[in-house]
Amino acid sequence: MSDGASRAKLRLENISKSYVRKGRRFLVLDDLSLTVGEGEFVTLLGPSGSGKSTLFRLIGGVERPDAGRVYLDGADTTGRRGQISYMPQQASLFPWMSVAANISSALATAGIERRRAAALAEEWLGRVGLGDVAGAYPHVLSGGMQQRVSFLRALLMPRGVMCLDEPFAALDALTRADMQAWLLQLWEEERRSVLFVTHSIEEALTLSDRIYVLSPAPARVLREIRVPFPRPRRQEVWTEPAFVSLKQEVLELLSQRGAAHGV
Amino acid sequence: MAGSFWRRALLPLGTLVGLILLWQACCMIFRIAPYTLPQPWDIARRMAEDGPRLLDQTWSTLRLALKGIGLGIAFGVVSAVLFHLIPGVRAALSPIIIITQNIPLIALGPLLIIWFGFGILPKLILLALVCYFPIAWSMLAGLGQAAPHLREYLAMIGASRFEVLRRLELPASLPYLFSGLKITATYSITAAIVAEWLGASEGIGHYLVLKSKGYDTTGVFAAIVCIVTLSLAFYGLAVLLERFAIRWRPERATAAEGGKAS
Repeated sequence: MSDGASRAKLRLENISKSYVRKGRRFLVLDDLSLTVGEGEFVTLLGPSGSGKSTLFRLIGGVERPDAGRVYLDGADTTGRRGQISYMPQQASLFPWMSVAANISSALATAGIERRRAAALAEEWLGRVGLGDVAGAYPHVLSGGMQQRVSFLRALLMPRGVMCLDEPFAALDALTRADMQAWLLQLWEEERRSVLFVTHSIEEALTLSDRIYVLSPAPARVLREIRVPFPRPRRQEVWTEPAFVSLKQEVLELLSQRGAAHGV
Repeated sequence: MAGSFWRRALLPLGTLVGLILLWQACCMIFRIAPYTLPQPWDIARRMAEDGPRLLDQTWSTLRLALKGIGLGIAFGVVSAVLFHLIPGVRAALSPIIIITQNIPLIALGPLLIIWFGFGILPKLILLALVCYFPIAWSMLAGLGQAAPHLREYLAMIGASRFEVLRRLELPASLPYLFSGLKITATYSITAAIVAEWLGASEGIGHYLVLKSKGYDTTGVFAAIVCIVTLSLAFYGLAVLLERFAIRWRPERATAAEGGKAS
């Protein structure tokens, strides 16, 4: 936490949130605090249903926390929309827009002038090898390619923090490994501040600078782990002994809490 | 390929031709009087003889129906969007709209003529009333049907209400709008005929009244053929428009990627 607190891009302070279902109150997030530094890749790792997506809705300003504040670049943005860029679990591309238009219209929402947005989309699609499908409708793309477009759309939005919500959860194992390598390379070139959610320990250890391990609901931070592997990082980082021992540590942490499905 | 073509086009066409031949045979064998049931051959001959007049009348009906559809689309789309955007308006107005839909055209038509005279205005009101409902109601359903994950995405990136409407809800409602339009397309012809029946000096509905009052059954059938053709053409036009407007593939029933909320 040494460099996090002062130069934090995103800071969550003592966030709590509960829902009422069938007359009963369910605590989802319990006094959660975390930071994402400038250019840092931070992962929230926790079992399914630990309220990670709820946390994203709070950061995105779609919902308000019961207690606690959200700070972006030091300013209180609790309950304010349009501050972050977002990549959801499903690609969420608009089926009636071309791949390029999907990107450029999102950029227009973020305040980029229309022609510049179109040029940016065109340029970047070419740069990541998707230039050929720029004019195609999203349904002709494979799941992995759709997620690349979705990531690009999030990356190009001129906003301080990228929130990625289990973006590879729906992909098959091979595509997923491929996507991780792709994301790793692109991110290391761009160094954006990222808050990433996953329930895969390997994925978290491969990609992140820091990991917050969350408990099952109500989510609390069980431990903060600084991932020691240097950048640029190879995808084969999983072969290192330290990787295995860290994985062991996280597994134990999660199984102590009765989270049998901590992958 | 040949098999499917046979089943999809030739089989129904063959049935139709067979029925017409049977009809022709019955009329000839049982010597049915033309004023009871004219022979198909006589109807065809009449249509050829009376061709220019029939074409003229059909054209006039077509123009009236198109005006009605135009009004229906305009009012339907605008009011669907308003109902969707402003809560309460729908609840307040929908009983009235549903009541107007349940007044028989045959009763409403003469009333409109009493109120607005014999000009084009009562006919347009009648047509607009008929065409409005399928468009407005199917579009309204469509506006509320937009995929939840796309709605969530737009909320997360901070899109405004107007952007949600323009980028998500309007395009998502297009398939619904077109299913409404296909219904309206055939309704509009029927409504135009009723409007002409009630009081007009031209149109295929007017022609129908003249022939029916003169016990010219062959003429009545000639008019029916024109009306059916016109209805089918309108429906076909709506289908073509739909293909042209919706070029993306209609979304599969559920997203195959799966989706899980935390």
